[in-house]
Amino acid sequence: MSSAAIDHAHDHDHHHGPAKGISRWLFTTNHKDIGTLYLWFSFAMFLLGGTFALVIRAELFQPGLQFVEPNFFNQMTTMHGLVMVFGAVMPAFVGLANWMIPLMIGAPDMALPRMNNWSFWILPFAFTLMVSTLFMEGGGPNFGWTFYAPLSTTYAPDSVTYFIFAVHIMGASSIMGAINVIATILNMRAPGMTLMKMPLFVWTWLITAYLLIAVMPVLAGVVTMMLFDIHFGTSFFNAAGGGDPVLFQHLFWFFGHPEVYIMILPAFGIVSAIIPTFARKRLFGYDSMVYATASIAFLSFIVWAHHMFTVGMPLAGQLFFMYATMLIAVPTGVKVFNWVATMFRGAMTFETPMLFAIAFVVLFTIGGFTGVMLAITPADFQYHDTYFVVAHFHYVLVPGAVFSLMAAAYYWLPKWTGYMYDETLGKLHFWMSFVGVNLLFFPQHFLGLAGMPRRIPDYALQFANFNWISSVGAFLFGFSQLILLLVVIKCIRGGKKATAQVWEGAQGLEWTVPSPAPYHTFETPPDPSLIKAQ
Amino acid sequence: MASESSHSVYYVPEQTKYPFFASIGLFFMVFGLGSVLNDVSAGDSVAVSTWIALAGFLLLSFIIFQWFATVIRENHAGLNNDQLKRSYVWGMAWFIFSEVMFFAAFFGALFYIRTLAVPWLGGEGEKGLAGEVLWPEFQAAWPLVVNPDPTLFTNPHEGLNVKEWSVSFFAGYLPFWNTVILITSSVTLHYAHVALKAENRKRLLQWMFVTVALGILFLALQALEYVEAYGHYGITLDSGIYGSTFFLLTGFHGFHVTLGTFILIVMLLRCLKGHFKPNDHFGFEAAAWYWHFVDVVWVGLFIFVYLL
Amino acid sequence: MLSKAKLWLSLAFGTLLMWSAGAHAAWELNMPRGVTQISRETYDLHMTIFWWMIAIGVVVFGVLFWSIINHRKSKGAKPATFHESTKVEIVWTLVPFLILIAMAIPATRVLTAAYDASESELDVQIIGYQWRWEYRYMDDDPNAEEVSFFSSLATSREEISNSIDKGENYLLEVDNPLVIPSNTKVRFLMTAADVLHAWWVPEFAIKKDTIPGFINESWVIVEEPGIYRGQCAELCGMEHGFMPIEVHVLEPADFEAWYAEQQQQALQVAELTNAALSMDEAMAEGAEIYSRNCVACHQANGQGMPPAFPALAGSAKATGDIGVTMDTLVNGVPGTAMAAYGRQLNPIELASIITYVRNAFGNQSGDMVQPAEVNEFIVGGQ
Ligand code: HEA
Ligand code: HEA
Ligand code: HEC
Ligand code: CUA
Ligand SMILES: [Cu+2]
Repeated sequence: MSSAAIDHAHDHDHHHGPAKGISRWLFTTNHKDIGTLYLWFSFAMFLLGGTFALVIRAELFQPGLQFVEPNFFNQMTTMHGLVMVFGAVMPAFVGLANWMIPLMIGAPDMALPRMNNWSFWILPFAFTLMVSTLFMEGGGPNFGWTFYAPLSTTYAPDSVTYFIFAVHIMGASSIMGAINVIATILNMRAPGMTLMKMPLFVWTWLITAYLLIAVMPVLAGVVTMMLFDIHFGTSFFNAAGGGDPVLFQHLFWFFGHPEVYIMILPAFGIVSAIIPTFARKRLFGYDSMVYATASIAFLSFIVWAHHMFTVGMPLAGQLFFMYATMLIAVPTGVKVFNWVATMFRGAMTFETPMLFAIAFVVLFTIGGFTGVMLAITPADFQYHDTYFVVAHFHYVLVPGAVFSLMAAAYYWLPKWTGYMYDETLGKLHFWMSFVGVNLLFFPQHFLGLAGMPRRIPDYALQFANFNWISSVGAFLFGFSQLILLLVVIKCIRGGKKATAQVWEGAQGLEWTVPSPAPYHTFETPPDPSLIKAQ
Repeated sequence: MASESSHSVYYVPEQTKYPFFASIGLFFMVFGLGSVLNDVSAGDSVAVSTWIALAGFLLLSFIIFQWFATVIRENHAGLNNDQLKRSYVWGMAWFIFSEVMFFAAFFGALFYIRTLAVPWLGGEGEKGLAGEVLWPEFQAAWPLVVNPDPTLFTNPHEGLNVKEWSVSFFAGYLPFWNTVILITSSVTLHYAHVALKAENRKRLLQWMFVTVALGILFLALQALEYVEAYGHYGITLDSGIYGSTFFLLTGFHGFHVTLGTFILIVMLLRCLKGHFKPNDHFGFEAAAWYWHFVDVVWVGLFIFVYLL
Repeated sequence: MLSKAKLWLSLAFGTLLMWSAGAHAAWELNMPRGVTQISRETYDLHMTIFWWMIAIGVVVFGVLFWSIINHRKSKGAKPATFHESTKVEIVWTLVPFLILIAMAIPATRVLTAAYDASESELDVQIIGYQWRWEYRYMDDDPNAEEVSFFSSLATSREEISNSIDKGENYLLEVDNPLVIPSNTKVRFLMTAADVLHAWWVPEFAIKKDTIPGFINESWVIVEEPGIYRGQCAELCGMEHGFMPIEVHVLEPADFEAWYAEQQQQALQVAELTNAALSMDEAMAEGAEIYSRNCVACHQANGQGMPPAFPALAGSAKATGDIGVTMDTLVNGVPGTAMAAYGRQLNPIELASIITYVRNAFGNQSGDMVQPAEVNEFIVGGQ
């Protein structure tokens, strides 16, 4: 580009709409386009990861080996976890961040638009590399999404090398995305948008981005050590050379635990936006919500070894990690109580986003309760690596993180497309999901308590009944998600025109721009009087 | 041109082809690299994989180069207002934080190994049973020169750590001189920055040149040390955990110095071209931050890998 | 809509309460109480925290559902404007905190007790392998004949592949169970030979990872003689779901008798190693060992699952030089899934399986190897 061309670009850039054809999506620097890309990508990954889950549930429908070999089963478990965590949930939140943060803080775009495009476009390549390992000789990663050494080093299939590099570039994408979010929030707020006036979704993302930058490099570090153990003969995770397999777990969980909050903090932000809207009442305690989020983030760095209570840490370590983990219940409780207090004596209506948000509050809390149970070290000796843990984390992740994403999709769809979605279909989607998800994961608590280990393709006969129910729930829940696809496609193609405000009780800058939000918004800062405290 | 008022228009670039093609380059680079490693392990020919990796790398490098060039051009064209410049500042600051955490992982591993794992294997501490039952012969020590199982991980002959605290020892101790060199380079770079702000072009170039030279000298000495380590000391990547931690910590540091030196060379060239103005030289500052960061990491390394 | 939600919740909680009615095994809802002091304390702790969670849930969800029912716009509710209350906020920070302390105290007590492995009367080393357990009794007397054996899944492949009906203890039965005395403090020293495993018997409330190169300690005093079952609880590769644990707890006197017999048998193996083995004996024993140890990878027909697991039928290593076959079995193939069987099988068994793979699946080499030769190979090779 010559500088003449640059001047030209500058003159016209802010006035024209999106480019035509595929190049709009490949080369875009527009936060809304990139947000859309992220959201579609994550939905595709959700279906893919879900399909893997259905393979798992089909195999576990009955005792005995039915459909897949144990080795392939392990690949399914691994890929399901990886794809859902890194491909579905995280990118979905980044997509929402892209779409909504500039709109919420009155910024013209993300701070670093070109890098924004790069963060996204690395992902399809990273996942192509990762998923392609399934077709490689020797099979794909089969060591669980937590890839404990030495199963993932000395005993791994050859494709582990590609897995490692896929994690590397995916991590680079996350870090760039997070840097962009932070720079945007700290630097791009409209005049008058003080930190303590920011919507909670922005706050939770600011803290999430900080967590991402703090822990993704540690993940990169640990996979790098694996790479060297595998190909260059180092002995980080091998006692024969003075290393320790448990070192792997410490490093992994130093990343892994904050990672689970990375998947839930933005969800808290979404729910904190939706509940006041449909309760038509101000959020009960904005400040305490901000402090609670920060406390959770802080605590998330000092609890990692609660995933490792059975590795035989010294007693003092066990106790420390138990106490620290239990403490997280306090700030999380503050959040839950705030939501309830917001609904208390409000004037509620129950459109689809609100239904998902309420279900989130209830079911996430149930997942939180089992989390506290897991934190009790001696009890965790019984729960660890059983379906009780599987039930715990699916409750916080599926009716937790994923429901919040559904809620967000319904909440903002009119703003994105300019049309109202089909409320009947939305409600149908909600109720099928709600019934399905509980049928799917509630019985897993019993399975775990009765002694069914996780990551097994076949099980003893006393686990047969609940597995059967769980599998039925899985298919019900899974296929219900196609309704969402239908709703979104219908909504893009038309429907009742949405107003700017969309929801009667909605507050915030995003509701001051027309629906659909124009391609470029807030090229000039919004009127400061529009910015109100939450 | 755009930065008179504090809320002038934020420069949102037009469509860009760079990121998409950079992703393709990145993909082929890592795919090729992975294939090279697997080929080596399988004893196959690495020719094809190497070409793939190289092609990816070249594409990626080419695009990054173009990308930066565009950013620089835009800045010269006055498209960047103060706000956008602040975005770059935040971007760089948080990028360095991510690098800090990357090194933290390796330092953490070192501390864990030294204070917990090795003593346990040697029969000491709360979990010393491991040593008593499984490694009765093994003695915990650091530098670890006798591995728990020397048949699997060949022992190094001796460690590289400081052996005595005397002037005569340090005078002949290469890592010590590397510390001096790197710290000096941070100081010279600072002087360059001062000269830049004072619009003293000659000084700027002189100090920049010295800094780059020191960087290269550091790398050369580091290479020398590696040769020594491999040859004389028998410390290799596969000589047990001492070599593992040593090479990964110093290696990644060395890699960062290499990158930093390269960036400084680019900055030197840009100084020659007169790109920087006293009030507008964030590219230079970012490079300087990076260099200081690399310096700080080295100080940590010197203390925890060599001294203690 | 609301009534549906309620219905669903009451259904869920209804099932939750069913365990007290002592439902059928396939509907087992809760953790076993177990047969040790620690396991019962763990169970009680589990129930305490469970009831705390129910109580908190009742309060939180109570307010929530009450609001949903009463404060809906369709019922003409007008939104209140109250907002922020430091008093309320302090209360809902402090109360959970106090509840947590109330839970942490018993938890600390149980954990500290579980960690005290001192003054054991019997030590057993437990070693995890892909995919079986080794139990080694650590006799105080260094001259005593060592008792150690491997313990593998006893469920047949036909049951797993659904060709025949599944037995009562499907996937929870082993060939050689661990045997320990009751009312005796038994200490377990756990480690692994390859990857991580975890040794878990729910009724003892013991779950400990076995980590190659390190030792984890754990202990039990089992009060009731009986058979207790568990499973490997750490993903350890393909057959992770197929490495159960079976513990037979005997009265101390019975245990002594059993132990003496094991020592006797160990002596006998040493003797038999020097006796000659016939081809028929070797093939019969070999087939047995093959179906127990090798089919998972090399498959019943010896065709393996290439490329991960090579076929043995026609394999160069199984048909060529017999020394190579012996080396493959005794030392395994380092860095691959092919484990070293030199310690897992005794020389008689090794001689049988080597002979077997060289003569089964159409590998008609016709030759065989004697236990004494294998023993010599092992002793000489190390
Ligand atoms: C979104 C993801 C998410 C979230 C938010 C959480 C939240 C929590 N998790 Fe969870 N967890 C996972 C995802 C998540 N987890 C995953 C993926 C795994 C398994 C990984 C693997 O092994 O593959 C896991 C595993 C896991 C373990 C390890 C189990 C094992 O392997 O043995 C533990 C142990 O302590 C734990 C604890 C907790 C706790 C205490 C919380 C707390 O944050 C919960 C706090 C919330 C509440 C408590 C409810 C609301 C509070 C109130 C109403 C106040 C009053 C309450 C009290 C006083 C108790 N989790
Ligand atoms: C956010 C993360 C997330 C989400 C959303 C889910 C969602 C689901 N998970 Fe989970 N899961 C994990 C994260 C997640 N999971 C993790 C981290 C693990 C641990 C992995 C490990 O042990 O290493 C795990 C493990 C795990 C297990 C244990 C496996 C084992 O231990 O062996 C099971 C078993 O039931 C399971 C089931 C499910 C099901 C049925 C869903 C359902 O909710 C999925 C529903 C969605 C669909 C079914 C998609 C719909 C698709 C279609 C309708 C087909 C359409 C097809 C085309 C268009 C091609 N998961
Ligand atoms: C966990 C899986 C596994 C089990 C169980 C296993 N093997 Fe193997 N075996 C392998 C693998 C993998 C190889 C290939 C090693 C290599 O790459 O050279 C192999 C190789 C062999 C070979 C050499 C074949 C060749 O041509 O390379 C023989 C013979 C053999 N195994 C026999 C046995 C016998 C007998 C048993 C049971 C006592 C057994 N194996 C159990 C995985 C297994
Ligand atoms: Cu052994 Cu799982
Ligand atoms: Cu955690």
